[in-house]
Amino acid sequence: MDQLEHLENKSIYLLREAYSQIKNLCMLWSIGKDSTVLLWLARKAFFGHVPFPLVHIDTSFKISEMITYRDKFALEWNLTMIIGQNKEAIHSKQTFPDGIIDRTQCCQSLKTTALKDTLNGKKPRYKLNHNTGNYELDSNNEPYTGVIVGIRSDEEGSRSKERYFSPRDEHNNWNIATQPPEFWNQYKTDFLPGSHIRIHPLLDWTELNIWEYIQRENIPTVSLYYDQGTGQRYRSLGCAPCTNPVCSSAKNPQEIIVELQSGRFANIAERSGRAQDNEIGGLEELRKEGYM
Amino acid sequence: MLNECMNIIFVGHVDHGKSTVIGRLLAETNALPKGKLEKIKSFCERNAKPFEYAFLLDALSDEQAQGITIDIARCFFKTSKRKYLILDAPGHIEFLKNFVTGATNAEAAFLIIDANEGIQENTTRHAYMLSLLGIKQIVILINKMDLMNYAQPVFDEIKSQVDSYLKKINVEPVGYIPVSGRQGDNIASLSNKTPWYLGPTTLETLDKFNMQLIDEKQPFRMHVQDVYKFTNSGDNRRIIVGQINSGTIRVGDKVIFHPTGKLSTIKTIEVFNAPPCFSARMNQSIGLTLHEQIYIKRGDVISILNQSEPMIASILKVSLFWLGKNPLKLGKIYWFKLGTSKTKVVVDRINHVLNTSSLEVIKDTTEIKANQVGECILKLFTPIAYDNVSVNIAMGRFVLVDRYDITGGGIIVDHIIDDKALLQKKLSSRNFKWLTSDISLEEREQLFNQKSKLILITGDCEAELRKKIALKLERHLFSLGKFVYFIGIGNVKHALETSDSSNLNLADENLRRFREVLNILLDTGLIIIATAAKISSEDLNLIKMTTSHDNIFTVWLSSNTNKTELSEDDILYFNISDSLDELLLKINNLLQTKQNETLYSR
Repeated sequence: MDQLEHLENKSIYLLREAYSQIKNLCMLWSIGKDSTVLLWLARKAFFGHVPFPLVHIDTSFKISEMITYRDKFALEWNLTMIIGQNKEAIHSKQTFPDGIIDRTQCCQSLKTTALKDTLNGKKPRYKLNHNTGNYELDSNNEPYTGVIVGIRSDEEGSRSKERYFSPRDEHNNWNIATQPPEFWNQYKTDFLPGSHIRIHPLLDWTELNIWEYIQRENIPTVSLYYDQGTGQRYRSLGCAPCTNPVCSSAKNPQEIIVELQSGRFANIAERSGRAQDNEIGGLEELRKEGYM
Repeated sequence: MLNECMNIIFVGHVDHGKSTVIGRLLAETNALPKGKLEKIKSFCERNAKPFEYAFLLDALSDEQAQGITIDIARCFFKTSKRKYLILDAPGHIEFLKNFVTGATNAEAAFLIIDANEGIQENTTRHAYMLSLLGIKQIVILINKMDLMNYAQPVFDEIKSQVDSYLKKINVEPVGYIPVSGRQGDNIASLSNKTPWYLGPTTLETLDKFNMQLIDEKQPFRMHVQDVYKFTNSGDNRRIIVGQINSGTIRVGDKVIFHPTGKLSTIKTIEVFNAPPCFSARMNQSIGLTLHEQIYIKRGDVISILNQSEPMIASILKVSLFWLGKNPLKLGKIYWFKLGTSKTKVVVDRINHVLNTSSLEVIKDTTEIKANQVGECILKLFTPIAYDNVSVNIAMGRFVLVDRYDITGGGIIVDHIIDDKALLQKKLSSRNFKWLTSDISLEEREQLFNQKSKLILITGDCEAELRKKIALKLERHLFSLGKFVYFIGIGNVKHALETSDSSNLNLADENLRRFREVLNILLDTGLIIIATAAKISSEDLNLIKMTTSHDNIFTVWLSSNTNKTELSEDDILYFNISDSLDELLLKINNLLQTKQNETLYSR
């Protein structure tokens, strides 16, 4: 078994464990490469089905190709697609692109708060109707008690401290000091009512592993990851106003793999194109509050 | 270069030089970010400090605190052979929880000992934990040889001390290397300061380690993780999933499920986005379909017919380490998990607590505290299938769960034969010979639009009341269109009395027959409403074992709700001072709650 096969088989085990042990389960799909690999692994784990809803937090500032891609595959793969949004903030223009607040505050509001309210069912959820292709108000507002997330430990410091099954208290807070032990394929699957569990099946994967797997499995990904002739491509995807491309002429997964192996990006953080990380506090502050 | 990544850990007593050795390894394998080494060297010069390789890691961890990409918790480096990941396994005993979490994922370990200080408390403690965690590839680095003038006698003395300790705990180290993390001796290249040491170097030793060995001859084992049927998405396959613990399985193999002893044949190995598959081996997460549709549940262990079988036991002698804030207590009940199998256990005896440094044992204790190691006898509520750790490590180690948290782990040393294990053996041979229908329980349940279930009405009230409730409930479910059947233990009892049974313990035999009848009835897909007086916790376990069903709803009718040994989550109490209609309403409401809703719809 090579490293990719090891990673794949472990991730599938974790996904099945989550599905078996946790009642109201959902998976976050940011449309980025990692959560798309995760979605693909779920299709493998459940033999072409995805037996839990996919949740996407729509900040309304995502690059439009991402939304087109999302809806195309949600229909094609028969996904239960759920959208959540902080409508109040967007309508009252309390956002960074509207010039009212800074980037960190904007992330907190449009992503973290929107996510919290969508997971606990306190704000409306919208569900894709496969007959019409439209999103309709979802009548189910039960809180999700398990959230599958595609974070990787090599992305940045705080993510490397994570567990595969990581408990969050009723305020969504992550307490690093009291993390549960995790060994011998045994995970924390029992938890206090009111708290929830985040499940991280991609924890051991690296950026390179992700691209090797996309290449090996031929997984469809958003075209934004590839150079379309401008000499630029996105290495990490987010909201249009806060995400910048990198200089690269890689046009497909194979060329990205070669580029990563060459060490060109060895000293440049993968999320360096994500402006919110560079503000004071950065990603670690965001994550304590519940950001992925 | 091999496309594999090996996880390794560095353990040892505080200040014996873990960070220095790791820092040196990272520097020698060019695994540090550009300019890092130079930056720290010049910082040391400016501040008139001697340069230390440990500063590299400290600097990295400072960066980490500032949210930059590199983290000491997970350092990657590579040699010409493969990639390595150094896992974080903090040495302080207070962090045993984190030590275990890091160390259990390691394929190999370096135990670092200061040549000047020799064996210290954590040296032996860590070595003991490595052996308990099943890490076989251990190398001892005797560090700071530069401080001891690279004297061979110093090295030999420590080596012989460590060796005699390791022998006592059955650990055979891969080797001993004299090193200096600070000077770089015997790390990447052989040092001319230790001409008496002929190699290998630390890096060479690393590259000689093996990834988890795959032994093709090992008997097949897999814990059932789940059983899927995505009928709503138009998929009629009934797929049994799990990750293979050991061995190889092929389409057409005859397989046995343990501890039930049920038999079937592999029809297909299911895959998605991959070519058809006819065999699968260790570590693969797979899906199987079967020819004979038998009732299988999560936690069952699959073996192949005519290969060696796992042992079935319910009283276990175990070695365990404890991580819980509250001590492990004699007589307390915990959850026991081995692979995906799960049962309650009671701590029947604590044989001793071990001092891992001196290997002295402390007897006559009623608890094992956090971070201690000990030996206990555990009594399982229902038997499990296991293998000796020396044969199949994943099949012989378990964790204990206290309420919501994993609070301990250990290995099964031995088991004690008892009545329950013997009964399981008998049931297993009954199941093995069972003539199986072509129609699966799931198919029947689908046709009836219900889940097969046992509603057991018991308690210390009058028999008449139990019967009244049972009949009313039966009528109610029947009127809802459910396929439901009432049976009292008396129905079986009278059949028994007419036979010659003078030698039998009537009550036990009566209950046994009752259980066997329930087993058959549950297999028909019916909802069974059964009545019996004062069912005990043990009786309930026997019913679960005999029917291999978890789908049991137990109602205890009494005028005194405290008078039963049944634990709370097994049973629902009802006070008979309520009117009959009120009682029925309450029972019915509970049957309709979330976990039982399948009774009403599928």
